Amino acid sequence: MIFLKAFVVGGLFCVVAQLLMDLTTHKVTPAHILVGYVVGGVVLSAFGLYQPLIDWAGAGATVPITGFGHLLAQGTIQGVGQKGILGAFSGGLAAAATGITAAVIFGYLAAIFFKPKG
Amino acid sequence: MAQPLEIQKKQYKKLVDEIKPRPPLIRNTLGAFIFGGLIALIGQFLLSFFQGQGLSVNDAGTATSATLIFLAALFTGLGIYDEIAKYGGAGTIVPITGFANSMVSPAMEYRTEGLVLGVGARLFTIAGPVLVFGIFSAWLVALLYYFFR
Repeated sequence: MIFLKAFVVGGLFCVVAQLLMDLTTHKVTPAHILVGYVVGGVVLSAFGLYQPLIDWAGAGATVPITGFGHLLAQGTIQGVGQKGILGAFSGGLAAAATGITAAVIFGYLAAIFFKPKG
Repeated sequence: MAQPLEIQKKQYKKLVDEIKPRPPLIRNTLGAFIFGGLIALIGQFLLSFFQGQGLSVNDAGTATSATLIFLAALFTGLGIYDEIAKYGGAGTIVPITGFANSMVSPAMEYRTEGLVLGVGARLFTIAGPVLVFGIFSAWLVALLYYFFR
């Protein structure tokens, strides 16, 4: 059941983005989608709305880039709880460290090893 | 007499908007749903697998992200991810794999400009803005939380 929920919720996140790109008159690029979704995840998380979605849909909510925003927001909020104002600076990247490091390492290696097509 | 340039530009834009083919909405939406859903489904399989290995929920989540990022970097390098993106549209942008793809693609493309200004800088063409706005908004949220909790 969790697999079905993950599929549907993960798919719906993408449907909203597709409609934003196709239906608006502004030029909405993938970069705008990614930035908007991360900030959207931060805001939803701040209002306590994102964790319930993760509890319900699992990877359907963590795999979309909004989950990255959630991770950042929970990191800074928990950081404030532990270290006060200093935690607002350290908590976000600490929580997101694995993802960011993986992206830099694997991204760099892929760009070095592979040649673009065409 | 010819009209001022500004008005000509507006008329031209209107003309282009009228002639420009409309995106095939239903096909795009369906593609986004199916491919976005499939990537999330793969993520759920990984998440369940890592949890089965005894990892905590949070650790299993980060392990899943790292694995998906690895796969996306690999498939982007092989030229497969961009093929899938033709059908998946936003379904291949929104998942964390799209973030990884947005790093590898330009870095690979500008390899010839060198390791520093080519690969190193271009890795962050899109990831840069994402980190800027993500980190800034999360910091702002924590600041508000600090003062108003």
